[in-house]
Amino acid sequence: MITTTHYLVLSLILFGLGVTGVVVRRNFITVLMSIELILNAANLNFIAFSRHLGDLSGQVFAVFIITIAAAEAAIGLGIIIALVRLKQTVQLDQVNVMQG
Amino acid sequence: MDALVTYFGAIVFYTLAALAVAGAAGVIGYRNPVHAAMSLLMTFLAVAGLFVLLHAELIAAVQILVYAGGVMVLFLFVIMLVNVRTLPTEEKYVRRLLPVAVVISVVLAALVLVGVWAAFRAPAGPVAALVSVEGQAMGNTEAVGWSLYRDYLLPFEVVSVVLLVAMIGAIVMGRKEKEGRT
Repeated sequence: MITTTHYLVLSLILFGLGVTGVVVRRNFITVLMSIELILNAANLNFIAFSRHLGDLSGQVFAVFIITIAAAEAAIGLGIIIALVRLKQTVQLDQVNVMQG
Repeated sequence: MDALVTYFGAIVFYTLAALAVAGAAGVIGYRNPVHAAMSLLMTFLAVAGLFVLLHAELIAAVQILVYAGGVMVLFLFVIMLVNVRTLPTEEKYVRRLLPVAVVISVVLAALVLVGVWAAFRAPAGPVAALVSVEGQAMGNTEAVGWSLYRDYLLPFEVVSVVLLVAMIGAIVMGRKEKEGRT
């Protein structure tokens, strides 16, 4: 029998992998993908609790999170385009100069 | 028969969960961003399958449309536009950060667990609430639509403003700079 706990544990694993990706990887594109993983883990948590509590609010907020994730991806990828134009790199540790 | 149905659900859950975790591991493991993006796509699809298992059919469809259809295309577009191969490559990970990353993710996961545990002690509710409006049986889409437009109208409108701001911001940042400005 699959309980809510199974989903929560899976969500924790995805969240941990996402945070690890954000800290370990130096490629900006991969870091953005890891952030998407974190948001997906949050979504899984919302949906699991929506099912557990028999409350639709979790699903409504999952829609909001998906919207925010799309906005975040658009902004992040815009930053990548600007960064490549300016410094010809997507490696985060080479981006250490603030330019006004 | 009933045992078979339960068993089937468990098999589907573990298959999808394994796919999701493998995809997530691929995202932080692959050196090539295109491979990482495909790996992420697998995670998105597996999570969409899990949403179906949790009686959230609308969210599963939105997940596939927005993530697999929209966000993933955006990622691949940028990877191709940037043409990562011609850029100087660095080492795959910063290895000395790996223990730090493990500590940070375990601590954050523990914090999430504390919050989740507090919420988890509430008694379980009926599944029927997910597919009904005011006691009347309906589809999941209709039920979510009612909740979205009746109880959460203001957050819905605010989120649309967020999307507009993101759109304008992406256009401004992606645009070529004018001559004469740095």
